[in-house]
Amino acid sequence: MAEKGTIQVRILTPERVFYEGEAKMAEFNTSEGELGIYPGHIPMTVILKPGVLTLTVLEGKKEAALHTGFAEILPDSISILAEAAEWPGEIDIARAEAAKERAEIRIREHRADTDMARAQTALLRALARIETLR
Amino acid sequence: MASMRDIKRRRSSIQSTGQITKAMKLVSTVKLQKARVRAEQNAPYADGMYRTIQSILERTSTLRHPYLQGKESKRKAVIVISSNRGLAGGYHSNVVKLITRGALAGEDLELYTVGRKGKEALQRAGYQIYLDSSDIIEEPGYADAAALAREALTSFAQGRVGEIWLAYTFFKNTVVHEPRLIRLLPVEKEEGADKKELPMNFDAEEESVLETLIPTYITSLVYSGLLESSASENGARMQAMDSATSNAEEMIEDLTLLYNRARQSSITQELTEIIAGAQAID
Repeated sequence: MAEKGTIQVRILTPERVFYEGEAKMAEFNTSEGELGIYPGHIPMTVILKPGVLTLTVLEGKKEAALHTGFAEILPDSISILAEAAEWPGEIDIARAEAAKERAEIRIREHRADTDMARAQTALLRALARIETLR
Repeated sequence: MASMRDIKRRRSSIQSTGQITKAMKLVSTVKLQKARVRAEQNAPYADGMYRTIQSILERTSTLRHPYLQGKESKRKAVIVISSNRGLAGGYHSNVVKLITRGALAGEDLELYTVGRKGKEALQRAGYQIYLDSSDIIEEPGYADAAALAREALTSFAQGRVGEIWLAYTFFKNTVVHEPRLIRLLPVEKEEGADKKELPMNFDAEEESVLETLIPTYITSLVYSGLLESSASENGARMQAMDSATSNAEEMIEDLTLLYNRARQSSITQELTEIIAGAQAID
């Protein structure tokens, strides 16, 4: 609750309930740029972009890679609906590096049949994974 | 009366069928548990998605967008989810009936099938299949649902189809599975939805929020549809195999009785013949 200086965070993905708990602050990447949410924020819905999610909880910080989706922010709670989310321990660095390279090549070559939006999302996703691990 | 040998042969054939159905029942029970857990884990996400979409539609009722109004084309895309394996009672035919006799009967359809059984039944009924992705029902992943939804959305964006529908089987509980036909696009607004106390703000422009959210919403619905159908399929098969097993047991019981009676009467006859023979000699 807002009075206690924490905010209820719920992160849902199609496969599972990823995280549920209190946090002092939540930071993530949106279509309009990086966003940090403290308790008592105005109601807002934002579109997520692949990036690192940082939750400042009572015991310290938690980080995770968050991919496309959206977040519904209310004064005392945040519901994040992401297509995928991973804790650092679940990320395969070799795969992420490979995906990054593939996406970079696709963007560089820029052939007529490449879906640029998809290639860019793939690149962002790979970068988010690599970033989370650092 | 059938001969003893015939009865014996028939009984053992039913016995082995019964063993198969019993094994299949056990297998589908395990599969059902797994599919059910997956469907349950998806539920909070699906609910959250639905709520958010409704609250956005609430606010943007004046907005005009193809996702909300549909397109002119009379052609309709339908994603039909059945399964690749048979012996599941009326599971497949119920889904197929939604297409052949439901609200869309006689319309110009562009069919996206998932599951060979449904695809074959629709082809027999004279439908053209636009795209078949039967493999994904074995282990439906979110990426599979996304790919399928993208195909249908592309067709919608290009104006080939004016609406997108989904036919699947809703998993109510282990014994009740409800075939459902729902419209995905244009998105339907729930009438009389309770108003949110808090007005929602959008960081980005509402139109672009809608542009991003609706495809995600469609994907989420397709994904839940796949999971629900998969759970229903195994539930339906479990039920079908359960009743097949008990039918087999019943038949074995009847045949055993018949067999014993036939055996007894043959013994009696033999005895009568021996006694009659002995008396003739005396």
